[in-house]
Amino acid sequence: MVTTEPALVVRELRKSYGDVRAVDGLDLEVRTGECFGLLGPNGAGKTTTIEICEGLLERDSGDLEILGMTWEDHGDDLRDRLGIQLQDTQLSEKLTVTETLQLFRSFYKAGREVGDIIRLVQLEEKARSRVGALSGGQKQRLAIACALVGNPELLFLDEPTTGLDPQSRRQLWTLIEEFRSTGRTILFTTHYMDEAEKLCDRVAIVDHGHIIALGTPHELIDSIGATIPAPPPRASSATLEDVFVALTGRTLRDE
Amino acid sequence: MNERRFAERSLVQLTLVRFREFIRQPEAVFWTFVFPILLAVGLGLAFRSRSPDKPKIGIVASPGSRAVVASLERDSSIVLEQLSDSAAAKALRTGKIALLVLPDSDGKVRYMYDSDRSESANARLVADRAIQVGAGRTDPVSVSEVKVTEKGSRYIDFVIPGLLGMNLMGSGVWGIGFAIVDSRSKRLLKRFMATPMSRSEYLLSFLFSRLFFLILEVVTLLGFGALAFGVPLRGSFLELAAICLLSALAFSALGLLIASRAKTVEGVSGLMNLVMMPMWIFSGVFFSSSNFPAVVQPVIKLLPLTAVNDALRANMLEGSQITALGLEMAVIVGWLVISFVAALKLFRWR
Repeated sequence: MVTTEPALVVRELRKSYGDVRAVDGLDLEVRTGECFGLLGPNGAGKTTTIEICEGLLERDSGDLEILGMTWEDHGDDLRDRLGIQLQDTQLSEKLTVTETLQLFRSFYKAGREVGDIIRLVQLEEKARSRVGALSGGQKQRLAIACALVGNPELLFLDEPTTGLDPQSRRQLWTLIEEFRSTGRTILFTTHYMDEAEKLCDRVAIVDHGHIIALGTPHELIDSIGATIPAPPPRASSATLEDVFVALTGRTLRDE
Repeated sequence: MNERRFAERSLVQLTLVRFREFIRQPEAVFWTFVFPILLAVGLGLAFRSRSPDKPKIGIVASPGSRAVVASLERDSSIVLEQLSDSAAAKALRTGKIALLVLPDSDGKVRYMYDSDRSESANARLVADRAIQVGAGRTDPVSVSEVKVTEKGSRYIDFVIPGLLGMNLMGSGVWGIGFAIVDSRSKRLLKRFMATPMSRSEYLLSFLFSRLFFLILEVVTLLGFGALAFGVPLRGSFLELAAICLLSALAFSALGLLIASRAKTVEGVSGLMNLVMMPMWIFSGVFFSSSNFPAVVQPVIKLLPLTAVNDALRANMLEGSQITALGLEMAVIVGWLVISFVAALKLFRWR
């Protein structure tokens, strides 16, 4: 059930690194129970935005309310209720999957059984393996497991499927759908439009530090459908990928 | 709320992680436990106590030198070698012999030697005594000798406390500094910051695991020294434990300070070597720090490792009480407090 009460409200968020305005007056509202996708080219400000929401970065200005709370007044409470996966974390290679999850579980007041989480992310066979011996997809599933073990109300995933093979991607999609089906909220970033189209209730396209388009995948596709230049003959309708490229241009972006 | 099982508490889990990461790193185990023992064995064998070498003396025999040769041969504390003229010059030049004796045909004797070499000066005294006694000299004063070997004055006795001090420094600085910077460079520290993990528990876990390994390190090295070489432990064990504990804490704080900002493992390795290298040289690990000029002595005395080594030696070799080690203990505690306060001020969690 998607309700209208927001899980996350961001108003006029700004963050600069020196001369670079990474986030430049960004507004965002994520409703409780929805799966929300933050799309955008490299360097658009997605990661900065999500890390400010996670309480990992200080913002320069703007208002931020997560689950009705603020970082300033409820930091400890929020950390206990959020689940987070970062883009570039390397978990300790010397620990096993179970040990890693036991460690993360110990940080939270009330979390889920480590064994249940391992089953959920289908790592039963690797439960006793060292993290260093896992494949990329397995490591990523473990990272998601670490985000889920605290039984969070709101899940932040930053490019969870980047670099994964199609099987691992689909496995992660299932995880995300299952989480959403329990009525909880997900905010994630991705470069894959098919993924956003399949999973997200709503998406926002970010560029140059603010949101340039917002809506359900279908709304966005409808809005742009007519303006696509010369659709290829086989495509009967536009995809979210067309919307993305039409809005953000075809120039390559570097990190 | 507090019904959580002991093993599920985050402090316990964090400390377990420290243990697991350490013992699953064979290199770390080797450098912490095996290497100091190997070093002690090597140094103990190389510098074991033995009678000084007998001086090697060369002689160029001539027809009138029979009496001199006989006198020298009679003295068992000399190794005598009869050489030709040219071989003798070469042997002296290359240090194969310490002294060259040149008897003249008229009964006089000339000594050729380098008076700056202590073994040559010694060889001259020994050879001269043998020749003079052989020729009939009698000493006016009669002497008798009592020979002693004192445990505690050998090189191994000096070096074992030094190795212990060096080990306390190495595992404190490396153990803490490396693990923290490694976690920071892998963004693991940042990931932890996004959980409700208590920061003080994170730091405490390093301390607890450090203290556990400290006991192992001290017991292995001192136990080995005492059993294999009979290195004395004359002071109070309790006070020795207190010195080790405070030293380990001081070096851990130093490790924390060094690691407080560094972002890469390479960067922190350089910093750690920069901090530890002078102490390996100046703080009296392998040789006494009193060898350095008097001008720099005050600075050397303020280095933490100097204080640790001096305190360990005073306790173990002289049996000194901790109350007599005011300066050393003050230096150790001073480094502990200053490093820890500075580390907490500077520490970056991301």
